[in-house]
Amino acid sequence: MRDRVDDVTRASARLLPQLQLWRPGIFLVAILFSLPIFTIVSFLLHPANDIWQHLLDTVLGEYLLNSALLVVGVGIGTLVIGVGCAWLTSLCVFPGKRLFAWALLMPLAFPGYIIAYTYTGMFDFAGPVQSLLRELSGWGFRDYYFPEIRSLGGAITMFTLVLYPYVYLLARAAFLEQSVCVLEVSRTLGCSVWSSFYRVALPLARPAIVAGLSLALMETLADYGMVSFFGLSVFTTGIFRTWFGLGDAAAAAKLASILLLFVFTLVVIERWSRKRAQYHHSSNRYSVLPQYRLRGYRAWLAFLACLLPLFFGFVLPAGQLTVWALQTYRHMVDASFLALTLNSILLAASAAVLAVVLALFLAYGKRQFRGPLVTASIRVVATGYAIPGTVVAVGVIIPLAWFDNRVDSWMSDHFDVSTGLLLSGSLFALMFAYMVRFLAISVQSVESGLGKIRQSMDDAARSLAYTPAQILLRVHMPLMKATVLTAFLIVFVDVMKELPATLILRPFDFNTLAVRAFELAGDERLADSSTAALMIVAVGLVPVLLLSRSIATARAGS
Amino acid sequence: MTSQLDVVDLDAGYDDLQVLNQVSFRLQPGEIGCLLGPSGCGKSTVLRCIAGFEPAWNGHIFIDNAEVSSRRYSLPPEQRNIGMVFQDFALFPHLRVEDNVGFGLKHLPRRERQSRIQEMLAIVGMPAYAQAYPHQLSGGQQQRIALARALAPRPTILLLDEPFSNMDVELREQLAREVRSILKQENNTAVLVTHDQNEAFAMADQICVINEGSILQQGSGYDLYHQPNSRFVADFIGQGVIIPATVEDSTTVKTELGRITGDSIIDAAPGSLVDVLIRPDDVIHDDASEESAIVVEKAFRGANFLYFLRMDSGVEVMCLAPSHHNHRINERIGIRLDLDHLVIFARAEAG
Repeated sequence: MRDRVDDVTRASARLLPQLQLWRPGIFLVAILFSLPIFTIVSFLLHPANDIWQHLLDTVLGEYLLNSALLVVGVGIGTLVIGVGCAWLTSLCVFPGKRLFAWALLMPLAFPGYIIAYTYTGMFDFAGPVQSLLRELSGWGFRDYYFPEIRSLGGAITMFTLVLYPYVYLLARAAFLEQSVCVLEVSRTLGCSVWSSFYRVALPLARPAIVAGLSLALMETLADYGMVSFFGLSVFTTGIFRTWFGLGDAAAAAKLASILLLFVFTLVVIERWSRKRAQYHHSSNRYSVLPQYRLRGYRAWLAFLACLLPLFFGFVLPAGQLTVWALQTYRHMVDASFLALTLNSILLAASAAVLAVVLALFLAYGKRQFRGPLVTASIRVVATGYAIPGTVVAVGVIIPLAWFDNRVDSWMSDHFDVSTGLLLSGSLFALMFAYMVRFLAISVQSVESGLGKIRQSMDDAARSLAYTPAQILLRVHMPLMKATVLTAFLIVFVDVMKELPATLILRPFDFNTLAVRAFELAGDERLADSSTAALMIVAVGLVPVLLLSRSIATARAGS
Repeated sequence: MTSQLDVVDLDAGYDDLQVLNQVSFRLQPGEIGCLLGPSGCGKSTVLRCIAGFEPAWNGHIFIDNAEVSSRRYSLPPEQRNIGMVFQDFALFPHLRVEDNVGFGLKHLPRRERQSRIQEMLAIVGMPAYAQAYPHQLSGGQQQRIALARALAPRPTILLLDEPFSNMDVELREQLAREVRSILKQENNTAVLVTHDQNEAFAMADQICVINEGSILQQGSGYDLYHQPNSRFVADFIGQGVIIPATVEDSTTVKTELGRITGDSIIDAAPGSLVDVLIRPDDVIHDDASEESAIVVEKAFRGANFLYFLRMDSGVEVMCLAPSHHNHRINERIGIRLDLDHLVIFARAEAG
């Protein structure tokens, strides 16, 4: 039936000349970058050793309890602030609403560890707040109660302040997407404004809210910088201690595998919720949403409810960092600091370029060779983002060290040359870890961009006498420009902020802004860490502003 | 005889699934053809083969007497000089209307390109929108721009893939007539693919009814309606019922509604049982008639009523009556047949 000659290829599906190595290349990339994940997962089944037994007897319970308390606390906090603010800014009218709608995202620019240093600097015993309190009251040490920032409660507060935007973002989008009809129907059926919120809007938005919540909790579990600074015993700090304190890679990896189990649970919840969120979309008719005009004290309460998270999550800590930076930049900003900054930028930029190139390779590959195996490969790559940096680092170093040792022993046997640690302590290892963690973001971004270029546009251009190469140049490139740039930016910023993987995998004497800020803060030089911290926050603001611009304009159906 | 498009015994499909089976048709210059069929019948595949997006498994396609597709050969789409209008219009979102229209004119010098763009925008009635972006246009406007873009390079053949299916129902026929007049004005040869018979009637000179990858019948809308060659075509085009009849002689059959005499020879022996197609406009409401039936259901259509009637034998027919004949459900009304084209099918096995 179908003995066609080879030169007749289906023109539409194969935009680019069919490269023999493309499809195997996709599998190779997928296997390579999921290797660390599989390494860690394999330790779940690894037989226990003495140190593991010791951990089990002593600290594992504490890790579990603390992580659970942290997750519950942050969950409640982000839920209340995120959903509340989302409801107010999407369906109510009050002074400042327009500003709050995007400004409430700004705390996202703060990595957890930086807001933790800032608040510690402000509120600990020697900090300006307590000093002022003592001066005004004449109290001395231990004369009064003041909440301790470096505590579980403090950590919950800090995480809540910087992570609520995840819930806010998705909840707001869900509220805005709800069709007017559904809300109006509930009003005609006798629901008041508030009961239509509880009985209709909130249940409809629930999948989106759960998705946002899972993202916030993933970040909470992934954090190392804040919990180690606060001296909390949770999984990430435990992995560090087991590895560097007890020197046991296997036990550390086993801890990491348990952490991974929790993270995967969240990933599954998140994906499932997002899927459900689509089904909850019942009507396609949109018009201007009904807006409840708040007056009098209600308007001011709404104003305050939106102002407080913004103030404590961004304005106050950013202001404090700025003050410190102004005080200390004279002795902090020197040649070595500039070198450090340049180092960070180069590292982040090369990681971002690599991530975008790989993402283009994968996404175009998927478009060309649709198939379950290709799709599955890309999905595997895309789970990396959920995995804590600490876990990724452990997962990268174990296979690389194995490889190094093999090469070393082979070289010594055959050529009597020791190659030592070829890859483990190198920039290669670091870059590899960044790809494992951040490739997902660039793939997602590029895929969404490519998804907007429908097949019919390729066909249209070919019917207008354009060759595939010309189509790439004239149609795809201009349309992809924005998404590729976004992918680059987001990976760039994430690498700038990344702490635990960099801390573990960086070559000897290689520093980044994030590591520097962490080290200075660890030495209690909080004010001195502010220049590095402020730069990280400033860079982190870029994607937040991009996001807020799209949030200000996007509204389904309009 | 020269033809602009000649499709000969075309087989094609996707992966291992054969979709088209021996499809053949031909269009003269300036003729508008239509491939009409239910969704999934393979009509879009024919279009994609003509465009060169899909290869032919067997058979040949000639455009302007030059072979472009065969089992061994497929000329790339960009070398076929075809224009295509897509279901989703596929306008380039990053380009203004004028640049979309001028996209296929890259070989022309700037000034000529500009004048052709202006000319095309004038033809589709949108000269004021040259600077707009596609997302600022309504669906109907986007479609006109898609048409202008496809016609601008003066293609040998224009292909339209369900071009109206994203439009409001009320707009479809009007747009179809508009597009037809534009095509006729430029004397374009075109192939339209649709599942909507009204679009096909409004636009096409020649209609091919396709089902399951094969062309069942080819002809004008009038022929297909009045002389369907199969039960599928009879059912797919227009409304109607099939009632039992007995052959009396070479031109006459007897039905419950009386004798019907056609103008062609019946291919069945006298006395044999056959089925006859009765269209709603074949059944005339006439109170003076001897035959009568009971109103089972009725649908108000503005200018007329469509009555669903049950005769005494239980056989149901439809009747199109002027709208001032308003009868109640269960009322008995007189009817008679007024039928010029006798359409007879062999009795279906299942009865």
